[in-house]
Amino acid sequence: MTPPDPLLPANEAIDRLETEIRAAQRRGEFVDPLIVGIHTGGVWVADALHRALGCSEPLGRLNITFYRDDFHTLGLHPQVSPSDLSVDVDGRDIILVDDVLFTGRTVRAAMNELFDYGRPRRIRLAVLYQRDGGELPICADWAGQRVTLGPDEQIHVDGPAPMTAHRVSSKES
Amino acid sequence: MAVHFVRPKIPKFAPDPWAIQFDKNGHLRHLLTIEGLGPQWVTRILDTAEGFVSVTDREIKKVPLLRGRTVVNLFFESSTRTRTTFELAAKRLSADVLNLNLATSATKKGESLLDTLRNIEAMQADMFVVRHEQSGAAHFIARHVAPHVSVVNAGDGWHSHPTQALLDAFTIRRHKGDFSPLRVAIVGDIRHSRVARSQMHVLNSLNVGELRVIAPRTLIPTDVEKLGVRVFHDMREGLRDVDVIIMLRLQRERMESGLLPSEEEFYRLYGLTEEKLAWAKHDAIVMHPGPANRGVEIESSVADGPQSVILEQVSNGIGVRMAVMSLCMSANRGDQA
Repeated sequence: MTPPDPLLPANEAIDRLETEIRAAQRRGEFVDPLIVGIHTGGVWVADALHRALGCSEPLGRLNITFYRDDFHTLGLHPQVSPSDLSVDVDGRDIILVDDVLFTGRTVRAAMNELFDYGRPRRIRLAVLYQRDGGELPICADWAGQRVTLGPDEQIHVDGPAPMTAHRVSSKES
Repeated sequence: MAVHFVRPKIPKFAPDPWAIQFDKNGHLRHLLTIEGLGPQWVTRILDTAEGFVSVTDREIKKVPLLRGRTVVNLFFESSTRTRTTFELAAKRLSADVLNLNLATSATKKGESLLDTLRNIEAMQADMFVVRHEQSGAAHFIARHVAPHVSVVNAGDGWHSHPTQALLDAFTIRRHKGDFSPLRVAIVGDIRHSRVARSQMHVLNSLNVGELRVIAPRTLIPTDVEKLGVRVFHDMREGLRDVDVIIMLRLQRERMESGLLPSEEEFYRLYGLTEEKLAWAKHDAIVMHPGPANRGVEIESSVADGPQSVILEQVSNGIGVRMAVMSLCMSANRGDQA
């Protein structure tokens, strides 16, 4: 079965995402944003956006391991590197960045963690790929590509340089 | 409400006495001793602790990981620092915490340890943190708890104090990085110290360059060389080129039992003064598991000095205990690791 949408290469998806965010910036949809990436893939995308938007403050990194909603069934996931958010988030516009938006659970966990650092003014969500299968009322403000996959398919993003993306069947993996 | 007490069947002579620490998938379920953990689990605990230490630097020092779980501190022996850091660790993981000071409670009224345990299990506890004056108490409890309960040893007799050793290793790693080039000296009452025993095991498993113990003959255990340590009876020799100095608390009852002539004599020979500290490397760090006897094993100006990391050990203890609790409570849940 061939799904309807071919996947854009990661570099093209990043270009489109940047273009969308710059347009939003020109329309004044956010002010002086703080870019925060979700480990691991989201940090790679956030790093690209951080450079493209010329942000002066350091990139924030969130590791949502301690906020996941599957501890009861899966236990603690191995943690590669801790969260690192050195800038005060109070009253700020935050662009939260992930590689793939699927169920929405990761983004929910990330927002819960963000609020433990302070009270942001706005949180906007930027993802490289938004796919079907959402389980929560969460969708991306900006996406490099919105794509429908087959029922057993996933998007795997590899990086950091160069970033590549491909669809894989979860039956195979 | 029906409460079932399914007891695991333990063979009388288990081939690996430390195997009880792991569940059927090889995941850490109880932390009873450092032995049997191996470098992989020790490193995993320390790496996980890094994440939790960064949480304790935030404004809201709490994560929702153990929401709805109950941690029971079973302290049969009094302790302020260990109990409060375990309590804080559990609270920062959003668990509910019950502190039972059993040194003054039910057991004194003649209730057996197992009866006490069953009663607390019936309160739907998920984890027991156990401090006991008898070696092996935490093992005994781990053998008899219900399958969903994890046990963490918070110090048993002269045997083991694994979380203290892990937080010491964590503190050393933060200051010195790699263990393989390091010389570490443990000074004082090695013989009666569960902390020293666990420290030797943890440092060996992290492949420390050289491990030394410095103490009078009466305070060195007989089989200590089996643990790969060099024994010194003289501070000047023992501290030469050392990167880390770990001072142990000297308990007064040792003097009463005739193992030491006097506090003054011990301080003169083994107390860490500024003068003796100068014999170690200039960037050596000074550690102490607390509570320190100023003027008995350590000079005040050293305990409060620039090379001391004693208070850092206390803060790191919270993050390390958060790591141990959340990893143990991940057992029997098909962890993906």
